[in-house]
Amino acid sequence: MNKYNHFEKILIYSGIFVFMTFILLPFVEMFYASLRPLDHLFRSPYQFYSDDLSFWAYREMWNTVPMLGRYIFNSFFLASCVAILTLIFVIPAAYSYARFKFPGKNTSLYLLLAINMFSGAVILIPLYKLLRTLGLLNSYQSMIIPGVAFLIPTSIWLLKSYFEKIPIDLEEAAFVDGASRIQILRHIIAPLSTPGLVVVGIYAFIGSYAQQFLFAITFNQKKEYMPIPTGLYEFIGYQSVKWNEMMAAALVGILPVLLLFIFLQKYIVEGLTAGAVKN
Amino acid sequence: MNQKLKSYNSQTYMAYALIAPAAIYIILIVAWPLLETIRLSFTNSSLAGEDYVGLENYQKMFSSKKFNGIVTRTFVWMFFSVSLKLIIGLIGAVLLNANLKGRSIFRVLVMPPWVVPIAIGMLGWLWLYNGYFGIIAGVGMRTGILDGPFGFLAYKQSAFISTIIADVWVGTPMVTVFFLAAMQGVPRDLYEAAYCDGASKWDRFFKITLPQITPVIITMSLLSAIWTFNSFEIIWILTEGGPRGSTTTLIIDTYKQALGNYKFGRGAARAVVVMILLMLFAGFYLALLARINKKISHE
Repeated sequence: MNKYNHFEKILIYSGIFVFMTFILLPFVEMFYASLRPLDHLFRSPYQFYSDDLSFWAYREMWNTVPMLGRYIFNSFFLASCVAILTLIFVIPAAYSYARFKFPGKNTSLYLLLAINMFSGAVILIPLYKLLRTLGLLNSYQSMIIPGVAFLIPTSIWLLKSYFEKIPIDLEEAAFVDGASRIQILRHIIAPLSTPGLVVVGIYAFIGSYAQQFLFAITFNQKKEYMPIPTGLYEFIGYQSVKWNEMMAAALVGILPVLLLFIFLQKYIVEGLTAGAVKN
Repeated sequence: MNQKLKSYNSQTYMAYALIAPAAIYIILIVAWPLLETIRLSFTNSSLAGEDYVGLENYQKMFSSKKFNGIVTRTFVWMFFSVSLKLIIGLIGAVLLNANLKGRSIFRVLVMPPWVVPIAIGMLGWLWLYNGYFGIIAGVGMRTGILDGPFGFLAYKQSAFISTIIADVWVGTPMVTVFFLAAMQGVPRDLYEAAYCDGASKWDRFFKITLPQITPVIITMSLLSAIWTFNSFEIIWILTEGGPRGSTTTLIIDTYKQALGNYKFGRGAARAVVVMILLMLFAGFYLALLARINKKISHE
């Protein structure tokens, strides 16, 4: 019943081609631009063909953007801190939601979902004042603290569903045999939930990598703490943007996240869609 | 033994203790700022200090023609963006659901706009939209549609449309992936039965697939409406709300008032409007979710 004739095949593949062109054109064009010499890029109308493609921009960008290495490090450092902190807050909470019945459980779970719907932009003013009072403006913390808050809700939902898959009988048996709750956590829950923890940790890492703009432009003006996106935009305002090097720097900056996602996309997508599709 | 087990599963204080750190964190960083925003909206707070001014911020805001224009513009922008995301997402999901060679690769290739930081994706769009050197203007000039360089982000209408397209680009992959997941969740025997009855592919789509994934379509419409409403980075990077305010949505206006001019009070009043609208959306969404859940548990 799932056989297609030639005509249908051609129709579907050309549909996919158009769809994929829309989705991938910016990336393809970014990569192509990064390989072309600047004087080819600055020709109007647009030249489709360049005969001297090279990776020159990937060497030159380190000179044009002197702190590029630092920006990449910052992006990694920020995302790692956010991911680790998110896990620390989320693990006990998700375990509690997965295992206990208590008054207010469902209400608070839905409230968490509601938080997901608020953009950070709504609470920027109090946060700005708070961070200023605490002397935390222009620091790593100013980007980490709000970042974690917005990743906690989805992470709790994701991890809760992983914990729910661990049979409760295992825990109960251990408990009846006299194991303490800490021992149960260490010897039963922790090893069985490692895959889930990895997925949620990576979700938080990618999520935090992606959100490094709003909080970064608002709370941090210091170059030495800037993540890649804000760092690169410092160079976009000028008259003569070295587009090929900007594209090269941007692509190098996102490559790690992209690879991470491609390897683990199956698990992340499964987790995220399970929440929305079946719930 | 049963007594002991009962104690294992019903330790309410333990449940709360485990949730407490996350709850306190969210209360401090999200809930308190929300309330504080409401309070600030009744003051003339700025970097210099603050005084209570009652409803002044609101009166000024609602009597300004500009603000009313911004609200209308936000909803028009949202309407086009969300509709396009849903339509393109649905078509994409149908295409990628076809049982053909290479579909698992396409399913991965569809995701980059969703995963990559929006700010980086917008770097690509800035280049595509470049009036002199960009590929879109280039194709336009070579085919004769444009009679010269054309800065897509430099004119009111084209900037409005260009920001919508970039927003659709960011939002479509997620919609596609969720629709795909829903389509794969449709029980196979439904299709097999219809096939035996001689239903065409077209019939099977409209009479089985579409009704079966309707709950997901409705959920995704609301979710994308919320996210589109919140969309900040795309417009900020491409146009900063310009030219001449033509892409200034509520979120952009809130940000400009609050952190461009450091008029916290005025910004807060706008943030409260945003908050109320978001709460309406969220209310719809949660009510819907509760209804769908009830249906599932009844079945």
